[in-house]
Amino acid sequence: MTAELIGRRTQRVTTSAVEACDLHVDRRGKQVLHGLTFTVPAGRITGLLGPSGGGKSTLLRSVVGVQAGVRGALSVLGRPAGDADLRRRIGYVTQSPAVYTDLTVRRNLQYFAEVVDAPAGRVDEVLADVDLACAADARVDRLSGGQSARVSLATALLAEPELLVLDEPTVGLDPVLRRDLWRLFRRLADRGRTLVVSSHVMDEASRCDRLLLLRDGHLVADDTLDGVLARTGTCDVEQAFLALASASVPA
Amino acid sequence: MSARLTLATARRVLAQLRNDHRSVALMLVAPLVLLTLLRYVYDDAPQVFDRVGGPLLALFPFVTMFLVTSVAMLRERSSGTLERLLAMPLGKGDLLGGYALAFGGVAVVQTLLASALCLGPLGLDVTGAPGLVVLLAVLDALLGTALGLLLSAFARTEFQAVQFLPAVILPQLLLCGLLAPREAMAAPLRWLSDVLPLTYAVDGMQRVVASADVTGRLVTDLLVVLGCVGGFLALGAVTLQRRSE
Repeated sequence: MTAELIGRRTQRVTTSAVEACDLHVDRRGKQVLHGLTFTVPAGRITGLLGPSGGGKSTLLRSVVGVQAGVRGALSVLGRPAGDADLRRRIGYVTQSPAVYTDLTVRRNLQYFAEVVDAPAGRVDEVLADVDLACAADARVDRLSGGQSARVSLATALLAEPELLVLDEPTVGLDPVLRRDLWRLFRRLADRGRTLVVSSHVMDEASRCDRLLLLRDGHLVADDTLDGVLARTGTCDVEQAFLALASASVPA
Repeated sequence: MSARLTLATARRVLAQLRNDHRSVALMLVAPLVLLTLLRYVYDDAPQVFDRVGGPLLALFPFVTMFLVTSVAMLRERSSGTLERLLAMPLGKGDLLGGYALAFGGVAVVQTLLASALCLGPLGLDVTGAPGLVVLLAVLDALLGTALGLLLSAFARTEFQAVQFLPAVILPQLLLCGLLAPREAMAAPLRWLSDVLPLTYAVDGMQRVVASADVTGRLVTDLLVVLGCVGGFLALGAVTLQRRSE
């Protein structure tokens, strides 16, 4: 038991869940990601931060394997991104809730549970995880924006994926819910899951183990929060981002 | 393709439909009202109803399922659920098969109601086997479903999807031999009619209504409709790309 825990911990330190090398993405003839090279450590929370329109969603979609026009090397959980084997191992939550609004929360989860072949009982577990048990029998189109976002998140948790890719999961949520969700993310990471969480809210950086700062399709930092602050000589990530942005103006 | 996932998808599609009482009512009741209306509009000339009753039994499932499927699939695309499903261990065949199964099932109910009404109270003379009427109607429904699945890829809004009805369905309706016999059409129109799938759906139903014999032409009609269902589903699968812009 202890050996296994130690083993897992060392593995967490040494392995990476995502490895990108010179990653380019072209969309409709225009380059939106310009040669990104980075790794995402396994069992940690990596925050993908940057302003809207900077390529965060495109990068996440590339990792999940649903983005077209990807060039360069991108390996996810030891397989090339988009490999059929990864569909069971990645949970992906899009920015807008991708669930059936004309079904109840429970019926949505039941269908997706069937798709990923999750055991019975898993639906109730994820409902409790995202704190939606009381709304289980409500139709999604009767829920608030924050609630439907959590239905979408619950869907991605069903298969207990090794890697969770979350596109702006906390946007528009009230502070209490946001805190609760980050606690959930931390619990998942403590259980050995890898999380990549995007946000345009810079102060969410403090909740992440590692940061990728993305601006105009260029990676301006791949570091811990402390590392970013030390390197830029600033005291918060907003300032650090400004310093990095002015220092690395793309040619 | 997996039977478990196809069935799960079909059940989910039906659950969505069940929550939409108005659509279910329209799908099941509208054909009955229209058939009754037609029967009494031509009360003085029952031969008209005998001539168009059969083709209409082919037309209703085709048009209804085309509309319902194209809008349902478009919602699947625009709500992001399609992208989510394609990022999950679900095959394209499971998704298309699930839709075909669900709407094929609804078509069975629709056809049983419509043909019971036609054969019973409205007094439509059907010489062929009633089972064949239902079989053909279900095939026509699958034709509508498959075409709807395919064309939904070319619409960006529900508004556009509905416009495919006049653009794609009405020309077929004009040329299928329901309004004017195909033999009386100008040659180019007849050639066009020869390559439109609804022509075979309607021709098949006319043959079942008119004769108890299963002729070579009827088998050809069945095979053409079946082939078009398969072809449209295959083309529809091509439009389901796991990777998109």
